[in-house]
Amino acid sequence: MSSNAVIGSPVSRVDGPDKVHGRATYAAEFKPEGLAYAALVLSRIPSGRIKSIDVSLAMTVPGVVSVITHENAPRLPYKEMKKRPQVDPKAGGQLRVFQDDKVLWSGQPIACVVADSIEQAETAADLIRVTYSPDAQAQTKFDRALGLKPAPEAEADGRPGETQRGDAASAFDSSPVKVEGWYLQPREQHNPIELHATIAKWDGDHLTLWDKTQWVDNDRAEIAHVFDIPQDKIRVISPFVGGAFGSALRTWHHVHIAAMAAKMTGRAVRLELTRREQFTNTGSRPHTEQHVALGALEDGRLAALIQEAWGQTSTYEEYAETTLDPPRQTYSVANNATRYRLVHMNVNTPTSMRAPGVATGVFAQEIAMDELAVALGMDPVELRLKNYAETDEYKSKPWSSKELRACYAKAADDFGWSRRSPEPRSMQDNGQLVGWGMATAIYPSHRSPAQATVRLHRDGHVLLRTAASDMGPGTYTSMTQVAADTLDLPVEKVRFELGDTDFAMAPVHGGSITMASVGTAVMAACQALQKKVGELAAASSGGPFKGAASDTLLFQGGGLALKNGGGFTPYGEFLAQHGLEWLDAEGKSEPGAESETHTSSAFGAVFAEVRVDPDLGTVRVPRLVGAYDVGRVINPKIAHSQCIGGMVGGIGMALLEMVEWDDRYGRVMNANLAEYLVPVCADIVQLEASFVPSDDKIFNPLGVKGLAEIAISGVAPAIANAVFHATGKRVRDLPILPERLLL
Amino acid sequence: MPEDGRALEIELRVNGQSRRLGVEGSTTLLDALRDRLHLTGTKKGCDLGQCGACTVLLDGQRVVSCLTLAAQADGRDVITIEGIAPEGQLHPVQAAFIEHDAFQCGYCTPGQIMSAVALIQEGRATSDEEIREHMSGNLCRCGAYTNIVAAVRDAAAKMA
Amino acid sequence: MALFRYHRPGDLSEAHARAVTPGAMYIAGGTDLLQLVQERVTQPAEVIDVNRLAPPEIETSEGGVRIGAGAKLNAMAAHPLVRERYPVVAEALMGSASPQVRNMATAGGNLLQRTRCLYFRDVATPCNKRQPGSGCSAWDGQNRQNAIFGGSPTCIAVQPSDFAVALLACDAEIVLASPGGERRVPMADFHRLPIEAPEIETVMEPGELITAIELPDRAAQRRSRYLKVRDRASFEWAVTSCALSIRMEGGAVSEARVAVGGVGTKPWRLPNVEPAIVGQALTEQVITSAAERAAEGAEPRQHNAFKVPLLVGTVRKALREFAQMEAVQP
Repeated sequence: MSSNAVIGSPVSRVDGPDKVHGRATYAAEFKPEGLAYAALVLSRIPSGRIKSIDVSLAMTVPGVVSVITHENAPRLPYKEMKKRPQVDPKAGGQLRVFQDDKVLWSGQPIACVVADSIEQAETAADLIRVTYSPDAQAQTKFDRALGLKPAPEAEADGRPGETQRGDAASAFDSSPVKVEGWYLQPREQHNPIELHATIAKWDGDHLTLWDKTQWVDNDRAEIAHVFDIPQDKIRVISPFVGGAFGSALRTWHHVHIAAMAAKMTGRAVRLELTRREQFTNTGSRPHTEQHVALGALEDGRLAALIQEAWGQTSTYEEYAETTLDPPRQTYSVANNATRYRLVHMNVNTPTSMRAPGVATGVFAQEIAMDELAVALGMDPVELRLKNYAETDEYKSKPWSSKELRACYAKAADDFGWSRRSPEPRSMQDNGQLVGWGMATAIYPSHRSPAQATVRLHRDGHVLLRTAASDMGPGTYTSMTQVAADTLDLPVEKVRFELGDTDFAMAPVHGGSITMASVGTAVMAACQALQKKVGELAAASSGGPFKGAASDTLLFQGGGLALKNGGGFTPYGEFLAQHGLEWLDAEGKSEPGAESETHTSSAFGAVFAEVRVDPDLGTVRVPRLVGAYDVGRVINPKIAHSQCIGGMVGGIGMALLEMVEWDDRYGRVMNANLAEYLVPVCADIVQLEASFVPSDDKIFNPLGVKGLAEIAISGVAPAIANAVFHATGKRVRDLPILPERLLL
Repeated sequence: MPEDGRALEIELRVNGQSRRLGVEGSTTLLDALRDRLHLTGTKKGCDLGQCGACTVLLDGQRVVSCLTLAAQADGRDVITIEGIAPEGQLHPVQAAFIEHDAFQCGYCTPGQIMSAVALIQEGRATSDEEIREHMSGNLCRCGAYTNIVAAVRDAAAKMA
Repeated sequence: MALFRYHRPGDLSEAHARAVTPGAMYIAGGTDLLQLVQERVTQPAEVIDVNRLAPPEIETSEGGVRIGAGAKLNAMAAHPLVRERYPVVAEALMGSASPQVRNMATAGGNLLQRTRCLYFRDVATPCNKRQPGSGCSAWDGQNRQNAIFGGSPTCIAVQPSDFAVALLACDAEIVLASPGGERRVPMADFHRLPIEAPEIETVMEPGELITAIELPDRAAQRRSRYLKVRDRASFEWAVTSCALSIRMEGGAVSEARVAVGGVGTKPWRLPNVEPAIVGQALTEQVITSAAERAAEGAEPRQHNAFKVPLLVGTVRKALREFAQMEAVQP
């Protein structure tokens, strides 16, 4: 096998030069011939019908090519897919855009203008006059009393309405130590800095989409069904994605609009959502309210763990989350009950946002655990070790690997946890209240079938291709490393391409599955290439390899040799000897029996220090320390970047992020980046992330578990627990704004 | 320029080159760069001056090009990410961003780099705290801030 | 951005003449106006670029320092005359917006920036300031950021300028040029309360332009500082802020201006706090009891009630830090 050990080395991003020069091309930046520009008109009521829509003034604006509304839009087939893709809700039906006069939420597209310039399109959009027949029954208030059990389809997808192990209610009642509370996770928006954009262009019956998407293959499949055209008539191109965090998992209706507008106008059309439009058209982390009840014995062993969640969804689809997986799996507890309910509202369907569901569930669970530690007078780390889950008690399976103990030890040590004085308000510095808190992080590891192709060129470089994505975690780089390592080539000799439906099939770039899924396919493709080279070599009519058995060959140093020494032939020379310009191979990978026999998960421990100003109630986070078990780390440099990025997201979740919702109008009121606050550079001081030794070869041949979601999991509760330690005030509602500490 | 103020002809000196182009009175410098001149290294993230992705240097000073009218930049000097280093070379800030992995998705990166180049010129890179404050006009949703600060500190030291 | 005409006048009289045509608006830095256009709050037919007419000079004048209306926020904050004589102004400016915006936004434009009230900036909701007579959505809505002083059921929008708060503490005057000539308005009288007509925010007449801001010498005799409180550490409008301009004589306060931001429909002086410190040494006890009076008269709504204790804490912290600063450099 390899000797150059590229895997595990801190290679700088291979796409770095393109990104720092501004050459990396994102969806809105392609410029097909004759490009026209689209602007949307959004609904201003949350529910009802469009009574009239007058486009006559808009049509008078010079440069306007077309104005599309439900009145003139083509009736699209919107064929049902045989199986809803994993990124779509399993129950209900997607918005059929411009197909009728119904308004399902405020901020829904109801018209689209296409013009020669964006200025003309926006001017015309402003001139469209709409009247409505509002529905008095609009559901704009989040009301737990309206919570409904998820549909059977969602339950079948691993989102059960209820689970029960033992008798949690009685065990809780009879527990000597109990804590109980309500927790609020407000609606959050992904807010990647790149705006969602689609360029659509028809050439006869063939459609090309340049799109911001985390899954080109599914984009193609969705659009094929919307328009009822064969998939091979569609190509989706998406070489760079400027962040997404889940917002580009689904093929949202603006993609349908772009394709529709291009078809109607015969022009290539660009539809780039505005920041405001993005708040109501690309999903959100759903507003979720939770109830947690923990019962324990005097020694700290959990006797009962009850967690219930009410999550927001739309009126037309059921977006159910895995919010309650963590309370079923994280700790060892005989009596466990969970209950999940959906509250339907007039909103755009929520969607996955970094560590979907899990971050929300962990937030409530880990604050509750801290409350229990306080009630027991026990160290929070000790409490977690006391209830360490040696197996997955929910699915009654062993973990394929679990190094969580090492995470607690490493992070506690790096943080200096032993110097913590347990009493709240006992650590002050320069007039500021200092608090130290911690939490467990968990996120399930999954993998999906994937494929990759490889082409060996005569100059000795290889080209790998797969329809995967890279929204920032470094797919380009880590896959290059896997190929270089497997083929024992320097990374400079490997070129990796992604984000194109013309390439080999790849699964969704989400849920932290890319490395385990696509990485193993890349490895398989490279191994297949080696096998082909070996077979060709053995079939040679002469030379050192003639008739050589495969186990006598060595693939090393960018070429082929005999294990017993001699015969070394660089790949380029080998191809020349065989009269070949190149040699192709392909590889695929898919989950095996391990997905039935084991549960796989990434783990971590997060420690936070906060400073609370006693006069102002403002919370700042001078440092976070995390240690993670993510299996094998392909590239420690970019893996570290992912972790600190998750921590920044977690700081936002803990202290800043929330949609301000007005239930009178059913509207998002802070739909911009000045009033929806995300952390800025000045908010982030010291972030430390490390990886404990781990290699999960049960889960997949690369030994990786996946990284991305795990990095945000646990951050918000660690901060909330630190805030309690600093102030003595328990905050159970996010974000932790000054008012929660001052009032 | 025509009296009615629409469909203006303007001249921008972009990365040292004179570029004549037609714009509307309301065309932003950002849209002029991206859509008219196809210099897409300058990014659009909010169009409201709230994210910094569109940062360019206008007469040597960093500004957000989304809140600058192209007409206001008429006759002025614009430096974009495409113009900070000679062809085939990296500006020290660009090199430091790669070295310190100061980005993930890369979308906010040109704006971060333009801001960092200006910040170093402004003499605002004397401490990490100062760098953090004066890089706060550039949001990075992937959360690369600590690496950005390290890259700016490193580049500033190398350029000193 | 939706279409409008762009016009660059040759001189002030041309600017005044253009400005009174329907749909015309002045543009200087443009950092607020263009946001309002993008959000459809304002739809000008023509913008009149006054950048090359608004003087950027910062210089001493008779009785103080004169700042040209065209001076950029960063240039003002960095200018020795401002930094040394009116540190509260420099600090307020450095805490404003982002470095990029500070290179664009002008002194004059900053005073005219519109509120960040969520309803003012969302054209789908009623707002008296945007659409007179339509009602105030903030009164019973998402009013976390709204005012606790100077509001009424008509409007509780905060005037968001940090600069204006600092200018109020410095007794600044605004110099206005109109076709009829020049006039001066004290900062305290420049913004109007939104009682009758919240859409009219200042005492400026149609076509008038701010040409300068004058800071008096008597304010330069005082020591000053600015404290700004935000949810995040930077690049955010004030949740609360406090501008102090205080003269110390013989260890006691002889003159004081305490102005606050983030809490008023216009920059707000605290009439009960100032007398509570005048004549006193700034002891912890004096500071605490003076600060307790900061929110007297406040009329909070559902989501901004926290601004009452926060304002008390803000003023207390500002005074405490001021006292420490005095102790270090007497």
